[in-house]
Amino acid sequence: MTSTATKPGGVRSRAAIAAKTLRTDRWWFAPLITVVGLSAWVAYATVRVFMHKWYWVEDYHYLTPFYSPCVTDRCLPEAAHFGRFLPDWWIIPDAALTLPFLLLFRLTCYYYRKAYYRSFWLSPPACAVPDGHKAYSGETRFPLLGQNLHRYFFYAAAIISLINTWDAILAFHSPEGFGFGLGNIILLGNVVMLWAYTISCHSCRHIIGGRLKHFSKHPLRYRAWTGVSWLNVRHMQLAWITLGTLALTDFYVMAVAAGWFNDLRFIN
Amino acid sequence: MAEQKSTGAGKSGTKRQFRIWRGDESGGDLQDYMVEVNEGEVVLDVIHRLQATDAPDLACRWNCKAGKCGSCSMEINGKPRLSCMTRMSTFEPDETVTVTPLRTFPVIRDLVTDVSFNYEKARETPAFAPPADLAPGDYRMQQVDVERSQEFRKCIECFLCQNVCHVIRDHEENKPAFSGPRFFIRAAELDMHPLDEKSDRKEYAQREQGLGYCNITKCCTEVCPEHIKITDNGIIPMKERVVDRRYDPLVWLGSKIFRRGETPQTSVTTPRSGSAAHSGSPAGVHSHAGGSHDPRAEAQAQRGVNWHREVPKPTAPAVDDRGKLPLTELTFDRAAAPSPFGDDVTFPLPPEHLNFAHPEQDKH
Repeated sequence: MTSTATKPGGVRSRAAIAAKTLRTDRWWFAPLITVVGLSAWVAYATVRVFMHKWYWVEDYHYLTPFYSPCVTDRCLPEAAHFGRFLPDWWIIPDAALTLPFLLLFRLTCYYYRKAYYRSFWLSPPACAVPDGHKAYSGETRFPLLGQNLHRYFFYAAAIISLINTWDAILAFHSPEGFGFGLGNIILLGNVVMLWAYTISCHSCRHIIGGRLKHFSKHPLRYRAWTGVSWLNVRHMQLAWITLGTLALTDFYVMAVAAGWFNDLRFIN
Repeated sequence: MAEQKSTGAGKSGTKRQFRIWRGDESGGDLQDYMVEVNEGEVVLDVIHRLQATDAPDLACRWNCKAGKCGSCSMEINGKPRLSCMTRMSTFEPDETVTVTPLRTFPVIRDLVTDVSFNYEKARETPAFAPPADLAPGDYRMQQVDVERSQEFRKCIECFLCQNVCHVIRDHEENKPAFSGPRFFIRAAELDMHPLDEKSDRKEYAQREQGLGYCNITKCCTEVCPEHIKITDNGIIPMKERVVDRRYDPLVWLGSKIFRRGETPQTSVTTPRSGSAAHSGSPAGVHSHAGGSHDPRAEAQAQRGVNWHREVPKPTAPAVDDRGKLPLTELTFDRAAAPSPFGDDVTFPLPPEHLNFAHPEQDKH
């Protein structure tokens, strides 16, 4: 057998290709719309959280998820289902107990990590496009090592989803007693989507059954894992859908509370 | 066949513009070629036509032309792809097709790169560890238990995922610490395997394979020609399993209380080889220079692979009374045919018979 190739070993160099990337498609488009979409949402949410008004519709008991549960002294007593025990300093969001956890749940989410590492941190901006940084240590050091706490924020998000569900149930209300309007559909739709997003979480998939070695010994957990896996494939879509439903729900409650338009009522 | 001159994609006889990187480790550049493209062809067909016409010395690695051998990995218009699975009809009729070698690995010549990095990482990954009292023919598993591992067995080792991963693509210095997506799914495959008894694969993945470097930007999944969900089904479950062991106080407490999942340290070398490897060599230095104790070979062994190492001489094959090899099972004293490797060779090979030194072996 003859071979003219030199034996591997020693340090060899990579092909000298001048262009940083030779991709000809619009690889910059996905990171760009991610930046635009996430920035717009964060801007809207920040404004709304520090607005401290138009979060509660007295007649129909609609409470926006951005103020649930309302726990500061400035909260309207009817809207504060869990008591009012935080000072009403403007910098404290009215849902100060839940918002940080929701933020951290999404910040450490495996989908959002991909989204912001690519679009905001350019590490890398797209596949086969160079990293925007000289050095890289990934998630091996503080603070990014903290991404491993995702499952705790998932537990918190599950509890918060329960609270949001409770809010949506309480909203079947009118001055005459039971009531049902377009706002209820929006609140319910938001809660369903929030549950779908929360349950489709990769940590949830692991906790529910992914950590098992023998599915055959745990048939119920296997079925649950199969269901979560089905949802998990759609985690990215659900991540964006829930940003949309959260903003829509909040905007609808704000608009009705501010009197910009009336709620479309079906019953009472 | 009538000559058709058309600008339509994939029509027979169309001349198309190709830019191909030519060169070797001392340098090179993109060179332009006009080459005929026929209907139904893939990029590899065009490269073969170039070899037959304008560029007979163009180097290119290929084998099956069916997307199953993983040899013809290259970068086409900047995207890591198998050239045998990239149809010419996917390009615009007037589009220039740029073909370059994989960027992450050292180039040998033209489109051929030295992918030995991946084989070194493969050797460092601890092998399948079935129960000691179970003979290979007695493995019994339920389909539902092996399904997850089977997805990863689809891997054809084209190393496109390894090539696209920015952890090593853009940061050469991370190579010693990072095994790459292909070996994360190998670790996941074995950790999820119902008959694998090794309980510290999670710690190994984090500590030795560099799982923490991955920031799950999913390029490995994007380029996988076998459509393995590398990130969602391999890396993220593996990261979660690492969290169980290292970062989750509740699970840690549970494992202490219920004494589940005891974690013996990974031993990358057997005790036998360990003692053999360390005899007569200074502490902390691999003795993978073999019998030669050649300082140059030893220096290379420290970097991972030692191509000059002297391995023990093989013994002569077993012969019968007449001094001849038994040719059939009928005349042989054993139930099966003799091993083509010789009777003195057992598998897995003892580590000191390899020309490869595990970089972490002195740690354990």
